Amino acid sequence: MNGGKHATAESITLTIDQNAISCRNGLSVLEAAREHGIDIPTLCWLEGLTLWGGCRLCMVEIEGSPRLFAACATQCTEGMVIHTQSPRLHRYRRTIVEMLLAERNHVCSVCVSNGHCELQAMAQRLGVDHVHLPYRFPRLSVDNSHDFFRLDHNRCILCTRCVRVCAEIEGAHTKDVKGRGIQAAIIHDLDQPWVESQTCTSCGKCVNVCPTGALTHRGTAIGEMIKKHEFLPYLKLMREVHQ
Amino acid sequence: MTAPLNKPKVATVWLDGCSGCHMSFLDLDERLVTLASLVDIVYSPVVDPKEFPQHVDLTLVEGAVSSEEDFHKANLIRRCSSVVIAFGDCSVTANVPGMRNTWEPRALLDAAYVEKATSPAEAANRKARIPLKVVPPLRAQAVPLHEVIPVDVFIPGCPPPADAIWQVLTELLAGKTPDICAVTRFGR
Amino acid sequence: MKPEDLASLADKQRAINAACKHRIGVCTESGCVSSQSDQIAAKFNELVKSRGLQKDVRVVGVGCMGLCGNGPMVKIDDGAPMYQNVTPEHCAAILDGLDSPLGNPQLRHLLCDLNQPFFRRQKLVVRSNSGLIDPEDINDCIAHGAYESLLKVLTELSPTDVINQITLSGLRGRGGAGFPTGLKWSTVAKAGGPSKFVICNGDEGDPGAFMDRSVMEGDPHRVIEGMAIAAYAVGADHGVIYVRAEYPLAVKRLTRAINQAMRHELLGNSLFGTRFNFNIEIRLGAGAFVCGEETALIASVEGNRGVPRPRPPYPANSGLYGCPTLINNVETYATIAPIIREGAAWFAAIGTAKSKGTKIFALTGAVQNTGLIEVPMGISLRDIVFDLGGGVPAGRTFKAIQTGGPSGGCICGQNLDIPLDYESLAAIGSIMGSGGMIVMDDTSNMVDVARFFMEFCMSESCGKCVPCRVGTWQIHHLLDRIYKGHGAPEDLVLLKELCEMVKATSLCGLGQSAPNPVLSTLRNFESDYLALIEKGRADREAALSGPHDSGTTVPLEVIS
Ligand SMILES: Cc1cc2nc3c(=O)[nH]c(=O)nc-3n(C[C@H](O)[C@H](O)[C@H](O)COP(=O)(O)O)c2cc1C
Ligand code: SF4
Ligand code: SF4
Ligand code: SF4
Repeated sequence: MNGGKHATAESITLTIDQNAISCRNGLSVLEAAREHGIDIPTLCWLEGLTLWGGCRLCMVEIEGSPRLFAACATQCTEGMVIHTQSPRLHRYRRTIVEMLLAERNHVCSVCVSNGHCELQAMAQRLGVDHVHLPYRFPRLSVDNSHDFFRLDHNRCILCTRCVRVCAEIEGAHTKDVKGRGIQAAIIHDLDQPWVESQTCTSCGKCVNVCPTGALTHRGTAIGEMIKKHEFLPYLKLMREVHQ
Repeated sequence: MTAPLNKPKVATVWLDGCSGCHMSFLDLDERLVTLASLVDIVYSPVVDPKEFPQHVDLTLVEGAVSSEEDFHKANLIRRCSSVVIAFGDCSVTANVPGMRNTWEPRALLDAAYVEKATSPAEAANRKARIPLKVVPPLRAQAVPLHEVIPVDVFIPGCPPPADAIWQVLTELLAGKTPDICAVTRFGR
Repeated sequence: MKPEDLASLADKQRAINAACKHRIGVCTESGCVSSQSDQIAAKFNELVKSRGLQKDVRVVGVGCMGLCGNGPMVKIDDGAPMYQNVTPEHCAAILDGLDSPLGNPQLRHLLCDLNQPFFRRQKLVVRSNSGLIDPEDINDCIAHGAYESLLKVLTELSPTDVINQITLSGLRGRGGAGFPTGLKWSTVAKAGGPSKFVICNGDEGDPGAFMDRSVMEGDPHRVIEGMAIAAYAVGADHGVIYVRAEYPLAVKRLTRAINQAMRHELLGNSLFGTRFNFNIEIRLGAGAFVCGEETALIASVEGNRGVPRPRPPYPANSGLYGCPTLINNVETYATIAPIIREGAAWFAAIGTAKSKGTKIFALTGAVQNTGLIEVPMGISLRDIVFDLGGGVPAGRTFKAIQTGGPSGGCICGQNLDIPLDYESLAAIGSIMGSGGMIVMDDTSNMVDVARFFMEFCMSESCGKCVPCRVGTWQIHHLLDRIYKGHGAPEDLVLLKELCEMVKATSLCGLGQSAPNPVLSTLRNFESDYLALIEKGRADREAALSGPHDSGTTVPLEVIS
């Protein structure tokens, strides 16, 4: 999906937030914007993983259509005029973050990822100083079974980064999603405790790509869980070099 | 700023929280002296009056709304205050007090007072000790302040750093709208 | 089979049919079967045998006759007389009256008035054979014209001709969105690739809708024929029918129909001696509404979790296993053969400027006549409710009509005169949808109605994207709060804000349209919302002591 590497030689020109830019043909609006230092917020998107399109934070306006477009899933075309900032987009983005905070039990103050969490940072970046939607306060479990890692469903935002990295990069496909809608949840193999998974190689990739405190190393205390997903673009690059 | 005679009246209130936000408030240190010259602290855990005054300009509320007493107090505060500030994560998000919300209050009290009993007799004894009369009854859930009364300003943080408190207070007193997220965030 | 075989097979079967003096058609679709129509058929067979009438009377299981609310239905000969609410006890008397064209006078109370608007105002294109043919007998279907259009297409028309015909007919997809079918076909036809697929979308997940089920159960060969024609037009050789497993009878009839068609070489290789090959397989869905969404459906067929993905690429370019894929609704495919047979102009003459042909609706709720109706596009909602439907039951008044199921809206009395077409319905905040139509009277509370549909969307959301997964919960929570009398006026502001946001930002049609029932009831029936909020406020004020507690939105549930 991330068409950048398959781009043809030709380049195209477009306008993002009043900046005329040119980029390789085949890039998504998100990639083109980021290449030019315009940061559109995302949570489910991650360089090196396939497109998911679930968080909807990257919605942008494109002139000529009343609809909104997910920048990660929209290819740049010649002459496109894109707006990544508007009062309406701001409102929607804030609501998305608020929805995530209200959906499960994100208690930042006692989270091992406090200070290293992309959801927390996104809330701050978008000016979310409170959640104006009712909190759900669901009762959710914590999978503490694995020797090294922990999955805390209270903090999962269902971005599926872990599912994708496990299937696409590690090749194990240990993780997947069960259930529908608000009941959806990350599972291991056929919904068994993580430690009983026959496929997990304990590589830890899922832990490092997880944007929140949902996937963590065991034995970390509050605020100590620092995520490192720099390995991904590197691995991806190495693979492409080998091909 | 303001003439000493009609200094703005400021109150701080402690609902279901750990008092950490008030500690952070005290961490203003020598700025407390400056603050004292700017405002009158008319009601607070750190000052004497026991009755919430009829009129307060600005009230900082620490803690979630968890008990019936919290609930009544929140409504009283709203009626008597021009500006209500949700002060700290417990007040803004329900935070740690909200972690009880997945249990029924009754189950919660049983867990806290009865389940650790070593014998049936002790359990019965403990059951009798569940404080249903002495302490205010728990509401079904501990909720953020703004789910109970309208709130004007939110200062997240567990606790909000003293610098953030200072920034927000001084800007509010100067009639400005503070950029909260520039100085603090959830969790902190 | 060879081209000439079709006509001779049809003639042969017609002769067999004609040799039999009477034909008793017993509806054997799910609705009537659920009220024991199979026992009625058995009883008829038993009586025919014991009376020695085997040569003169044939009992056939047929498809739906429309008036499902009055089932089981029994039809004599080619349509008249027709009996409703039949039980096995009536069978003997029906047999007694076989020779009288008006039926047995003793059963007058069961005789169906075929002149009533419910039947008179329908226009049967897709359902023209439903209730006539035996869907389990391919020969009977062929005697009624099945596969004639396929023969014509394969032997007389080029793929481009076919697409032109469909384009000229003005047919638009019946799966909900109304996308022009000809345009879709030509896109798939133009797409390159070694192999292409056609998929028939028989997921039909809207609550209350059973149009597609009826077509699959009552005339499965028409669906197969439509798919074969489509495959020829777009250059595909493999078809998939995706049916929900909750439709076992449809699955059984389709399976049987496919097997019979293969045996007659109407599916398989070198059909009618041409170079066209076409096979169909059936895939069962597990009954998730979202699996009706085309990209989720494709994921499900591929064996993955049924979750939509962003489009483009559209299935027309990259669908099943990445190949160009044509995906149409059951009813859309079932409209193809009549268009080929009668001509594009004939079809285009039915309906309105932009919405051509007929549409099947499942009419339910507070009307006298409930069941399936096929009506020309452009008919007014008023005619449907008060003429075909016979109006709301005595003593009650009409309040609203809901079209489009969980993606649609509630239409109030003021808008009853708009013509039924895609654009007009959209203009008043509803949609054509796949054909659910629920009439509501003054006993329905619109907040409750909105809450019902939102609960459906909440539990059917796939959970992939945040606005739909959490937004439907939030909206449902608010509706529930308002309905239970805990709502505040501010909740309406929040409700509108959330609806707007979920509509604008959701990934697929489910989330994008889930707010429609709420928005349309807020627009047309705001008084229902305000009354509940006001009542709740008054109740709370009365219940609470002292002024401290007013204005809260939190129910007072304390332990004591
Ligand atoms: C949530 C959702 C459910 C859908 N369910 C169905 C369905 O049950 N049957 C159907 O034919 N189309 C359904 N659709 C529409 C399909 O995505 C697709 O547009 C349709 O099958 C195309 O066929 P048509 O062009 O013949 O209408 C659904 C769409 C959405 C968003
Ligand atoms: S540790 Fe590695 S193999 Fe195991 S679930 Fe995580 S990504 Fe998959
Ligand atoms: S566990 Fe982490 S990476 Fe996986 S879906 Fe949840 S938030 Fe995303
Ligand atoms: S809109 Fe709803 S059903 Fe569609 S992809 Fe998003 S969560 Fe899934």
